[in-house]
Amino acid sequence: MEYGLDLEYSFNEFLKGFGLSSEIAHIIWLPLPMLLVLVAAVVGVLVTVWLERKISAAAQQRIGPEYAGALGVLQPIADGLKLLVKEDIIPAKADGILFTAGPILVLIPVILSWLIVPFGQNLLISNVGIGIFLWIALSSIQPIGLLMSGYASNNKYSLLGGLRAAAQSISYEIPLALSVLAIVLMTNSLSTIDIVNQQSGAGILSWNIWRQPVGFIVFWICALAECERLPFDLPEAEEELVAGYQTEYAGMKFALFYLGSYINLILSALLVSILYLGGWGFPIPVELIAKFLNLPINAPFIQVFTASIGIVMTILKAYLLVFIAILLRWTTPRVRIDQLLDLGWKFLLPISLANLLITAGLKLAFPQLFGG
Amino acid sequence: MSIAITTQFICFTILSLVVLIGALGVVLLESIVYSAFLLGGVFMSVAGLYLLLNASFVAAAQVLVYVGAVNVLIIFAIMLVNKKEDLKPINDIKSRRIISTSICLTLLSLLIRVDLTNVWSLSSPKNSIGEESTIRIGEHLFSDYLLPFEVASVLLLMAMIGAIVLARRDVMNKDISTGLPVDQELIEKSPEPLLTNKN
Repeated sequence: MEYGLDLEYSFNEFLKGFGLSSEIAHIIWLPLPMLLVLVAAVVGVLVTVWLERKISAAAQQRIGPEYAGALGVLQPIADGLKLLVKEDIIPAKADGILFTAGPILVLIPVILSWLIVPFGQNLLISNVGIGIFLWIALSSIQPIGLLMSGYASNNKYSLLGGLRAAAQSISYEIPLALSVLAIVLMTNSLSTIDIVNQQSGAGILSWNIWRQPVGFIVFWICALAECERLPFDLPEAEEELVAGYQTEYAGMKFALFYLGSYINLILSALLVSILYLGGWGFPIPVELIAKFLNLPINAPFIQVFTASIGIVMTILKAYLLVFIAILLRWTTPRVRIDQLLDLGWKFLLPISLANLLITAGLKLAFPQLFGG
Repeated sequence: MSIAITTQFICFTILSLVVLIGALGVVLLESIVYSAFLLGGVFMSVAGLYLLLNASFVAAAQVLVYVGAVNVLIIFAIMLVNKKEDLKPINDIKSRRIISTSICLTLLSLLIRVDLTNVWSLSSPKNSIGEESTIRIGEHLFSDYLLPFEVASVLLLMAMIGAIVLARRDVMNKDISTGLPVDQELIEKSPEPLLTNKN
């Protein structure tokens, strides 16, 4: 399966052409994909914020942002600039160090998790062996940042919001991890690349969503809960908790929370599309199309073409899920905290355990279909 | 020294400094909240040390279990009982400090002895397995370490049942000292159904 663009190799060869040693070429290469992914994440946030404004406006029969650029596309940039130049206020009775560290601790794990998001066979920052497990581990750091900012704000709404965030995150992490485990069981690997390759056999028919429908729904509900999106946005419920742990934050620190939550939403959508919707795979396998059109699959222009299709497919699937998440946000009511915990512990946890058990059984019974 | 080794050395120095200073902070700081957050930092740096040793799975498990579960639980508990109260002065504080110091020193000497007597160098660098370690850990857990693994899971099950018994409202619904019934419903949950009894 070793085909597709290997940009790192070509880049290193290009630099070696100038007489640089391979180590220096590697050091020059290292920050490039990271910067690219950071830029991609931020642009993704801008697009999502615009979508959120436009779709919420449509759901409420308004027009939404209109004057900033065509159809208001510049509105999120204006929002970002506004947050950037706003005064950075630390409340007098707040704990300055923890107050500053909280939002940073919320944002860093989310951005680090982009390490494992593949857009193509070689189009990811690092194909680490522990792959998807890294994301589960990193996402468990986030509640510490939320608790920290909730405590440091010295405000009862913030503290309540922080505690709710931690309780919610702990509750929904378990079914999330169990549904990922079922996928890993079918793939025999934790690497995101292997997970996508396992689904690439027969196009749309071999996507995991058909083999793991329960896992897909459990994962999507848990991902929404981890992102604190409505119906599960109790930690920041504006009407009852003012804004939870964000109450006291202004300016860039608030922007970090804002960025973090939207990057997390996009990341979750990307991971759902990687785990269940075939990642960068086209609904009809690209190899079949190439064979049908009598094109050599290893020719450079075909490779560039398939890589672009892969990137477009990944982003398309992710944004379809983001669209569903936004629609859900503007059409569903918020659940109560006891309903939230009941749903997590009494419904999703047993269901995901049963799903894992059934997957293991099916894997033994039909090794061809469920990965042997 | 090549670039890779220099980077490793710098990372090792920073991580060990964070571990040492953070651990001292956990013990010496007055504020219990700061101690709890510093503990999280120490756990993270230990995970970083595992990463430097090519044990990525162990590092991720360390983050998931110690930072994501243990430390969050500690902070959660501290914040739920965030009472500002002055602790009673302890009379025999001096003798207690001497006893705890001597216990710690004994443990430290034990660790130093392990450090000095064990042969740390690998027989050859090819013995390191790196990315394969996840599979190897799984094999060990289900063959020669099966009994400790199962015993640990039984222990966790017992702890879980204990926690459920403590948290159940019909078991512990009486105040231990006065014998009066105690309302232990969730504070945020309304005692009456909100929507059903309107008419």
